[in-house]
Amino acid sequence: MPGTARLSLDKLTRRFEEKLAVDSLSLEIASGELVALMGASGSGKTTTLRMVAGYEPPDSGKVWLEGKDITTRAPRVRGFGMVFQHYALFPHMTVGQNVAFGLEARGVSKTERSARAATALANVGLSGASPRAIQSLSGGEQQRVALARALVIEPPVLLLDEPLSNLDPNLRRSTRNELRATLRRLGLTALFVTHDQEDAFAVADRVALMENGRLLQVGAPEELHDNPVSRSVAEFIGRATFVPGEFDGAKVTVHVAGSATTFAAHASASLSGVRAVLAVLRPDALAFVKSGTGWPGVVTDRRFAGTQLVYRVRVDDHTEVELQSTDRDVREGDQVSVRVVREPVSVVAV
Amino acid sequence: MKIKADQRVSWALATPVLALLLWCVVYPNITIIAGSFDHGLGYWREFANSPSDREALWTTLVVSIGSVIGAAAVGLPLAFVLSRVEFRGRRFLQAVATLPAALPPLVGVIAFLFLYGESGVVTRGVQHALHLSEAPWRLTGIWAIIFVHAYTMYVYVFLFVSAGLERLDGTLDEAAAGLGASTMFRLRKVTLPLVTPALAGSMLLVFMSALGSFSAPYIFGGGLRVLSTQIVASKLNGALGMAYVETTVLAITAIAALLLLRWFERRRSYALTGKGSNTRISLRGPMARLAPVLAAALVFVLVLPHAMIVLVAFARDGAWTTQVLPPEYTLDNFKHLATDPQLWLPVRNSISMAVLATIANIIVCFIAAYLLARRRFAGRGMLQLLVVLPWAIPATAIAIGLASTFDRNAPSQLRLLLVGTFWILPLAYFVRGIPLVTSAVESSLRQMDPSLEDAARGLGASWWLAMRRVVIPAARPGLAAGATLAAITAVGEFVASIVLYTHANRPISMEILAQLRNLSFGTAAAYSVLLILLVLLITVAARLLGGRPERVETIPTA
Repeated sequence: MPGTARLSLDKLTRRFEEKLAVDSLSLEIASGELVALMGASGSGKTTTLRMVAGYEPPDSGKVWLEGKDITTRAPRVRGFGMVFQHYALFPHMTVGQNVAFGLEARGVSKTERSARAATALANVGLSGASPRAIQSLSGGEQQRVALARALVIEPPVLLLDEPLSNLDPNLRRSTRNELRATLRRLGLTALFVTHDQEDAFAVADRVALMENGRLLQVGAPEELHDNPVSRSVAEFIGRATFVPGEFDGAKVTVHVAGSATTFAAHASASLSGVRAVLAVLRPDALAFVKSGTGWPGVVTDRRFAGTQLVYRVRVDDHTEVELQSTDRDVREGDQVSVRVVREPVSVVAV
Repeated sequence: MKIKADQRVSWALATPVLALLLWCVVYPNITIIAGSFDHGLGYWREFANSPSDREALWTTLVVSIGSVIGAAAVGLPLAFVLSRVEFRGRRFLQAVATLPAALPPLVGVIAFLFLYGESGVVTRGVQHALHLSEAPWRLTGIWAIIFVHAYTMYVYVFLFVSAGLERLDGTLDEAAAGLGASTMFRLRKVTLPLVTPALAGSMLLVFMSALGSFSAPYIFGGGLRVLSTQIVASKLNGALGMAYVETTVLAITAIAALLLLRWFERRRSYALTGKGSNTRISLRGPMARLAPVLAAALVFVLVLPHAMIVLVAFARDGAWTTQVLPPEYTLDNFKHLATDPQLWLPVRNSISMAVLATIANIIVCFIAAYLLARRRFAGRGMLQLLVVLPWAIPATAIAIGLASTFDRNAPSQLRLLLVGTFWILPLAYFVRGIPLVTSAVESSLRQMDPSLEDAARGLGASWWLAMRRVVIPAARPGLAAGATLAAITAVGEFVASIVLYTHANRPISMEILAQLRNLSFGTAAAYSVLLILLVLLITVAARLLGGRPERVETIPTA
């Protein structure tokens, strides 16, 4: 039954020849939770997903489903639905036959099969598509058929491998909102892999960020953005200017534009007692202020980014900060003052 | 302006090629069909009422269907195991599995005679082992023909299905497994339906090859009649009208099969979607140890015919009577070949005729392929049909057509007297080589970016310079592959040769047959070894000349 499942990855490790693809990765997923495994290509996220699905055996570590060890179970008995990156729809079957395939494999009667397939298709907004050929579907429709096919077997955990990466940007935005709405409405537990932080943030309750086979940080999207535990996390998520500073456990002091400025600081537990740190200045935490009330600087770059403008401001010989503003009147070469307007400021190890 | 000039070039190239093909491919077939109606429907009525012809037609169909079943029964499981199961030696075995196709048709049949014939090594071995008073089986009749066909033609099924499996998107299987499908369910519902077009295509190919097959029924048929042997018998008996009717029936059946094949090929497209990442099952435990043993056994069976030919080539003629293996070995068979000019003549004939035919193939088929791959003009559809026709029509039918068309000098009818001269065999080989070379070159040219030729022209190159520096180099792998196939087919050609040869220009295959009738098995085998060496030599030479080795998809030799 979806909604009560709980998946647990316990020190999963997988080695390909000499390379550690996944290195002792542990992750807990509560029932009804949507978790994104995010990372650059080669970070081990897909390998992790394939170990959960059972397509790839771990060298060590375990996969638990609702308290049962399923590490050695074959994919077909795990009962996870999986949505593949290229959808893997069976080209010789109709939409309806594709969706009903998992039920057919379970020996469900033909009438029940088609009724449940129709429900699943309705759930993804494709009512009546059942007799259509796979070749006649658009990319977005294929993605939704793949989702319906996985949903129809009522998986304890739904697995999705880059489900949005084959869609063009506009379709992608609408599809990811739909995806989250569908998963929420059905109360599903899902683990999905993506390299795109916008996809991850839009769909997931929690994001697990991976690099070189290791988990860097797991948390809600805002948490990863506002309180990165390391420079890697801060660099991967959003944009940031790193400024060296001293940390005393509660406050961080940075030396910029010839003066010392102190902010309330937020650091992860591992940073206690460390003096030299990097302060993470996010573009949205900086603003233009009246001259004399902030760091004086020169605008070196101005770029329109949709609703806002992104400016780069050189505040001293070593430091160029990036800031977002709705103010459109600032030009390249202008003398400006900038200030941190949102505290606490995150600090990470150098 | 430019378009008009382009059309002129197209027509300047197409006209002579079309004229040549009409003359040597279409005209002979028309002669046959016209000949079959010489007495109105008389010959056709005779055909319909003749019990032996009805038997031949029926046997041909039974043999063809039996060969299809046999070839699929061997080729399909082999393709599945060798592309889906990972074990040591898998790649080597994949290469070895195509060996039977490398035997020239007559040589393969002879090897079977030496192995499984009444006095064959395997037959005698079983007889001795079981202390039987006579041979445990006789290699004659329908079963013998089907056995030989299954052995040589399973390669088509194996290659087609293997290619289909390689192209299959591996995530389809994973998706099915993730949805709860068992291995058997996946095989039945996902994998098999997806390779069905490839399987059906290869089965039709086997059907067509078996339909036109001549060597196996001729050697093993015993008293059995099939259409191809019946045609030759009718011609030798002077019953030309009957031969024409039989040839027409055979050719029409073959063309019907070709049309069916084309239809299946068009349906094949969907198997190509998705990205191909195939997972192979790794064997563990006792199966892992057993697999190489089974594989080695298979290699042994597949290599046996080749090995047998080599062994017999060193056997002293006349000494091998009732023993399991030839008792005495000698180099004499080869010495005689090299020293007796009468014995060397067939080798010289085969080589020179194959070279002539292949050169003509290279020139004509390159132009045809260029026109088909790169040009749009009114006669394109006809050209396309003409270049595949000699592939669909069985070699016996081609030979009968040439024999009845070029048997007199009648310039007003565009007829030349070629029968009885040296030139009739190279012409037959050339006709048989047309589809092989054209399709290979065409597939090479289709891989070339179409804008390359335009780019060269845009940079100021003349048509001829662009051709020389851009188009011909792009066609080289296909030319090499196609010419190899054509030369190999020509140098070992038997089916058309038996209808058209004269004593002076007899090719190797006819000499092998003569030596067999003479019971000079050693000499026959020595010729066969020479033939296999020639095939190897041609292959290696083509590799060197063709530059980068490349797999060019071609229609296989029938």
